[in-house]
Amino acid sequence: MTPSTTAPRGPLGDRVFRRLSVSAGVTVLVALAAVAVFLVFRALPAFTSAQNEIGVGGDNGEGEGFLSYVLPLLFGTVWAALIALLIAMPVAVGVALFITQYASKRIASALGYGIDLLAAIPSVVYGLWGIFVLAPVLARNVYPWLGDNLGFLPFFSGTTSTSGRTMMTAAVVLAIMILPIISAISREVFTQTPALHKEAALALGATRWEMIRMTVLPYGRSGVIAASMLGLGRALGETMAVALILSPADVISLKLLTNQNPNTIAANIALQFPESTGLEVNTLIATGLVLFAATFVVNAMARRVAGGEVND
Amino acid sequence: MDTATQPAGLIRPLSRSVLPVLVVVALVAAGAFSFAVAGSINIPIVIVVGGVVNLALTYVVSRRAEGHRRAVDRTATSVITTLMVAALVPLLSVLWTALSRGTARFDLELFTETMRSVVGEGGGAKHAIIGTAIITGLASLMAVPIGTFTGIYLVEYSRGGRLARVTTSMVDVMTGIPSIVAGLFAYALFSLIQGPGARSGFAGSVALALLMTPIVVRSTQEMLRLVPNELREASYALGVPKWRTITKVVIPTAVAGLLTGVSLSIARVIGETAPLLVAAGLAQDTNLNPFSGRMTSLPVMSYYGYAAPGFPPEADYERGWSAALLLIVLVLVIFTVSRILARVLRPKGLR
Repeated sequence: MTPSTTAPRGPLGDRVFRRLSVSAGVTVLVALAAVAVFLVFRALPAFTSAQNEIGVGGDNGEGEGFLSYVLPLLFGTVWAALIALLIAMPVAVGVALFITQYASKRIASALGYGIDLLAAIPSVVYGLWGIFVLAPVLARNVYPWLGDNLGFLPFFSGTTSTSGRTMMTAAVVLAIMILPIISAISREVFTQTPALHKEAALALGATRWEMIRMTVLPYGRSGVIAASMLGLGRALGETMAVALILSPADVISLKLLTNQNPNTIAANIALQFPESTGLEVNTLIATGLVLFAATFVVNAMARRVAGGEVND
Repeated sequence: MDTATQPAGLIRPLSRSVLPVLVVVALVAAGAFSFAVAGSINIPIVIVVGGVVNLALTYVVSRRAEGHRRAVDRTATSVITTLMVAALVPLLSVLWTALSRGTARFDLELFTETMRSVVGEGGGAKHAIIGTAIITGLASLMAVPIGTFTGIYLVEYSRGGRLARVTTSMVDVMTGIPSIVAGLFAYALFSLIQGPGARSGFAGSVALALLMTPIVVRSTQEMLRLVPNELREASYALGVPKWRTITKVVIPTAVAGLLTGVSLSIARVIGETAPLLVAAGLAQDTNLNPFSGRMTSLPVMSYYGYAAPGFPPEADYERGWSAALLLIVLVLVIFTVSRILARVLRPKGLR
């Protein structure tokens, strides 16, 4: 890719083109630095001003400071994303296995297209679908049963919501939204399983499932883990679906089926920001900074697991 | 299924007619269960319970006939197929819901009217369509050149140097920026220039450009790497300077992939709601000036149709769904056309 013909001093066109490319790369760096600088700059007042003034919207004047404002939100963000991941991961792996190991080539590409479409649908549509379709269906058919029969588990205890605007509904929608990312990457690593391994397993008399368990899954494990973490990162930052579906409260609670749900950082910003002024804006930007940091950590871990192999 | 694991004659494979019978048995059992527990035929319960009963039956029957390993294999096949179907259900449901609810107001007025002084029924999304076009267009104008040239830099010029490594990892970080954080950044930037409370179409497009750039960089890198080195070397051997090689040989070879990447990145950001909610805001009328005043986009209009409806709310719900349907149609068209383009324009010799 870099033959010796490219001396640093070439014709004028060469130098101009090179300069253009390098400066585009530098622009990316500058843009990212600008994001960090501006967010920190605008978030600072939330850390430095009198902590009893921190609060946004209804719970203004609680006088508990930024940390106690952001903690329930951070908990809600992580909690919703984890539940979503728990739902999405097995389904995504199943989808990837079906497409790569079970379906014929033609059906596989059609199914792959369908799953990719899931990723292309705008998040606001998922939010509307969640509130108009999914929430009523779950609230009518599933939640009462879960509450009655599994109510002894802390997750399903409490007064079951009749509107369906619960953490569980939000997590299910988030799961649907991150499913395509996880399954796309899993699909890629599963197809890369060496054919010789698979054939060797089959030749020794393994059934298809034994072949998958002995060759495909071990080979793709780190890829699947990395994909899940990228999905987790996406779920952490997802805004509109949660903002539309969840009926939020200022609580830290593990209950999944009630009307008193911890909100997520992103949804809280979307709900509060249009009405906010002054210090409220700074506080919301500071919570955004916390969200950025959380996703950064998760994504960095994903890349480390994948060893720089997986890009989403 | 065709790998004999035991001497022939010991296995009596299940005949094909057994499995459908099991499904029927399982569904009847689940129906009875639902009737006993809930007092009526509850479809979700029937599906879930029926699925579990069917799995168990399949395992038991297959085990009796074929042994443990084959039974496990059959069960795994059923589970994986079920997961595949389960993943497609929401897709179909979302598309169907958008179609059935969005068509009510998917009329000519949607394209010709704005929401200016509209109360209740009537009105349209003209202002939001124009807003989406302006905001997405400006975002592409920023992100596509920067992203493409960054990709060219990383593949063609960098030699794994420090700047290249830093740029690559920063592109990774950029990919992970939550969309609402991009919106907050744009707001923070422009409120510094235009004062607090500033919302404008351009701020929205800066936020979108931030989300778009890493996607363009990634796809450019991927596509340029597919171009065989022999082409570059042949060009150099003829004495063609590097930049002419890139513009006349490398880019034309990869052009299908590059275009696909760009259009996929547009499809990705055109439906973004959160950053525009924060940075561009909502207006009731057409705003052609991206540098001053709020500018409505389709997703934001759709969101407010539900979040802040007027009275009666139905008219706003319908308009919201129509805007959402229009958005889905746009995304699907971009998505499908770019996939077909990629297949048609793919240069011979690659794959």
